[in-house]
Amino acid sequence: MRRVYLEHGGAPGEARIENESRRRFLQGAAGLTLAVYLPGAVGKAAIRTASTSFEPNAFVSIGSDNSVTVFAKHLEMGQGSYTGLATIVAEELDADWAQVRVEGAPADAKRYNNLLWGPAQGTGGSTAIANSWEQLRKAGASARAMLVAAAAQQWKVPADEITVSNGVVAHATSKRRANFGQLAAAAASQTVPAEVALKDPKDFKLVGKHAPRKDSLGKTTGKAIFTQDIHLPGMLTAVVAHPPRFGARVTSFDATKAKAVKGVVAVVQIPTGVAVLAKNTWSAKQGRDALSVEWDEATAFRIGSDEIMTRYRELAKTPGAIARKDGDPDSALAGAAQKIEASFEFPYLAHAAMEPMNCVVRLNKDGTCELWNGEQMHTADQGRVAALFGIAPEKVTIHSLYAGGGFGRRANKDSDYVLEAASIVKASGLNVPVKMVWLREDDMQAGYYRPMFHHSLQAALDAQGNPVAWKHRLVGQSIILGSPFEAFLIKDGIDAVSVEGASTLPYQIPNLLVDLHTPKDIGVPVLWWRSVGSTHTAFSTEIVIDELAVAAKKDPVDFRLGLLSKHPRHAGVLKLAAEKAGWGTPLPAGKPGERRGRGVAVHESFHSFVAEVAEVTVKPDGSFSVDRVVAAVDCGVAVNPDVIKAQVEGSVGFALSAVLYGRITLKEGVVEQSNFHDYQQISISEMPKVEVHIVPSGEKPTGIGEPAVPPLAPAVANAIAAATGKRLRSLPIETELLKA
Amino acid sequence: MITINVNGKNMRVDSDPDTPLLWALRDDLHLTGTKYGCGVSLCGACVVHVDGKPVRSCTTALSTVVGKKVTTIEGVDADRIGKAVQAAWQKLDVVQCGYCQSGQIMSAVALLKTNRKPSDADIDAAMGRNICRCATYVRIRAAIHEAARSLA
Repeated sequence: MRRVYLEHGGAPGEARIENESRRRFLQGAAGLTLAVYLPGAVGKAAIRTASTSFEPNAFVSIGSDNSVTVFAKHLEMGQGSYTGLATIVAEELDADWAQVRVEGAPADAKRYNNLLWGPAQGTGGSTAIANSWEQLRKAGASARAMLVAAAAQQWKVPADEITVSNGVVAHATSKRRANFGQLAAAAASQTVPAEVALKDPKDFKLVGKHAPRKDSLGKTTGKAIFTQDIHLPGMLTAVVAHPPRFGARVTSFDATKAKAVKGVVAVVQIPTGVAVLAKNTWSAKQGRDALSVEWDEATAFRIGSDEIMTRYRELAKTPGAIARKDGDPDSALAGAAQKIEASFEFPYLAHAAMEPMNCVVRLNKDGTCELWNGEQMHTADQGRVAALFGIAPEKVTIHSLYAGGGFGRRANKDSDYVLEAASIVKASGLNVPVKMVWLREDDMQAGYYRPMFHHSLQAALDAQGNPVAWKHRLVGQSIILGSPFEAFLIKDGIDAVSVEGASTLPYQIPNLLVDLHTPKDIGVPVLWWRSVGSTHTAFSTEIVIDELAVAAKKDPVDFRLGLLSKHPRHAGVLKLAAEKAGWGTPLPAGKPGERRGRGVAVHESFHSFVAEVAEVTVKPDGSFSVDRVVAAVDCGVAVNPDVIKAQVEGSVGFALSAVLYGRITLKEGVVEQSNFHDYQQISISEMPKVEVHIVPSGEKPTGIGEPAVPPLAPAVANAIAAATGKRLRSLPIETELLKA
Repeated sequence: MITINVNGKNMRVDSDPDTPLLWALRDDLHLTGTKYGCGVSLCGACVVHVDGKPVRSCTTALSTVVGKKVTTIEGVDADRIGKAVQAAWQKLDVVQCGYCQSGQIMSAVALLKTNRKPSDADIDAAMGRNICRCATYVRIRAAIHEAARSLA
């Protein structure tokens, strides 16, 4: 079901700027544009003007200037979504990659919903490519079919004799050729085919090959526009004073000194604090720092992270809600030949994207509202901002910009920073756009962390060294509780993302229990953090399985493979990583006093499978380096292998920061970290060599933004155990424990 | 009004002398390629060149660059080394989110200006205070070597 429209755009030849909004594109579009919509009614094309609203699912338009614009319904936050989505369209369209540009689609859940999220538009859970694969193949193929039909009509030749390659439509016998731009107008008046044939994968020219990133040029010349870079006429910049503890409210404030700062225009109270609006960022910051605010902490959360963990340890002694139960784990444990018991602890983690949270909001005189944002939760943010202003959701336009990292933070389940920005506009009563910026300290201390977790595991082998029992208890706050995803992801008191990776343990163990405590009285906001539950479940499960292998006197790779006969894709990446890493061969010795080791881990998340082999060197003082990581990934069809490779490289480094340094702590409810000096990230000198191997696959593509994060920490911990004999039980790793 | 020379042009800035150069570039001159990441010289997203040397513009007062030449990412392609580094970054598709990359490139250009054939250790020393949260470090290193090769 498809429909085609012909659009008359603005001034011919006017340049389009990548990553601008859909609306601005239309206003500035050159000449005629063929736009394809899926699904819509099959029928004759209609003539449309730029001011006409769109029908569902517009993903590609072809300008008379021969440009192909792909509208990306997903946020580009570094993971390569723009490039990947455009690759799919361009493949079926047979476009020349050089003529393809990408723009962020606006908020419109009817056209741009995430097909794996039902009716909501948004990016997350490594779904961008997975949910778009078929949709965009059809979008590209439909546009191609209409270009071919137009050429056939113009040239009076049979359509099936026409070829399309690298953006050129040709008929060999009559020696006719045309580019897409020359055919755009005629193509737009073609009837949309009811069915389109998709390519045989063997004919792919872009998918699985090298299509360079579409954002490289802008991001290496300073021209790429992030939210932080937006300047609108009359715009003020707002910096906010937030309470020192979660749940506190403003009692009163004195803005005398703030208002004396040059450039400060207004100081307003909002539900989350006090905002200083100024003509520029520096004035706003100075004004904010000069504020004197009294906070009402009657309802504030005042407990420290050490005390929280103490409570978790107590909770871990009692049975939780059952997430999975196979067989009779207690009896099996009682009768086992060898047992392993271990407890693991994980801290809160901040996302700490390089671009701190920010959002630009403008309330227009006609009652509409515009947001400029590295937008990750279009539908939820749009709805909440609309509710705040008392307008219909469709009156809120979202200009989707690049995000300077995200790692989950911009997909805020409560729309926290977006609503804060909108609240400032509302409270100010000033008829001007506002750019709210969080400084690094604001961003670090604003909460929505990866939750703290406590795991306790018991596992056992029979006399032959076969695993017979596995009990895994988790304690930690629920991310999903109270979020728009609650109905889908919480069943029988179990938050699926609290136990993902644990309840889905792939190893064949006949007696298995996974249970969960979900404390509901911890007032620290928590959120998904790149790879979510697997950030902690991969660590504990892959360390304990490694210990079982050692206890069974078996090779850790062989031991795992023996338990993965029903999970060929896990086994596939494990074998490939082991082979490429030279598993089983001796590691070159380190310098005198250094201990070296190799460790492995395999984990599935978001339907992608990743195994990593890490090589470490542990020095006499306990400090260590991760020298090399060999990764094997199976994410189905590799749409853009170089982007996959880059994501794995980056995931290794991202995960390594959490292994070495990542820890947010609270003292009496106050977050103790504030900037990169006490929430450290790895530097280039700590980055291991990374080798990435992709399993050839004909399976539907799945995500790769997150799945390479989980195996890194356990692979490193297992390598350290191989080097030192010491088993690690918490993150970040305490190097004190590793002293020779 | 303070006049500073940015990318070869004299520009007037209506800010106090103690305003960090970063905010004058971004908010007054709308040269937004230079990024704010930490505000306290910890992350390197704001690196620009002053008289050819890398400085952290978030902690460099506007008054201290009067009479000097400021180069930002927008002007770094004016010389051969800047062009070569940008080309290497593009060739190897270094960027992910891209937010830190202006600072990474400015630091890399400064390195290559004084050291045409940097070793891995030289790169670690020169780039060690530029954080990339996407951890594009593997490609940053490769791109610096690539740029050095192309300049040789």
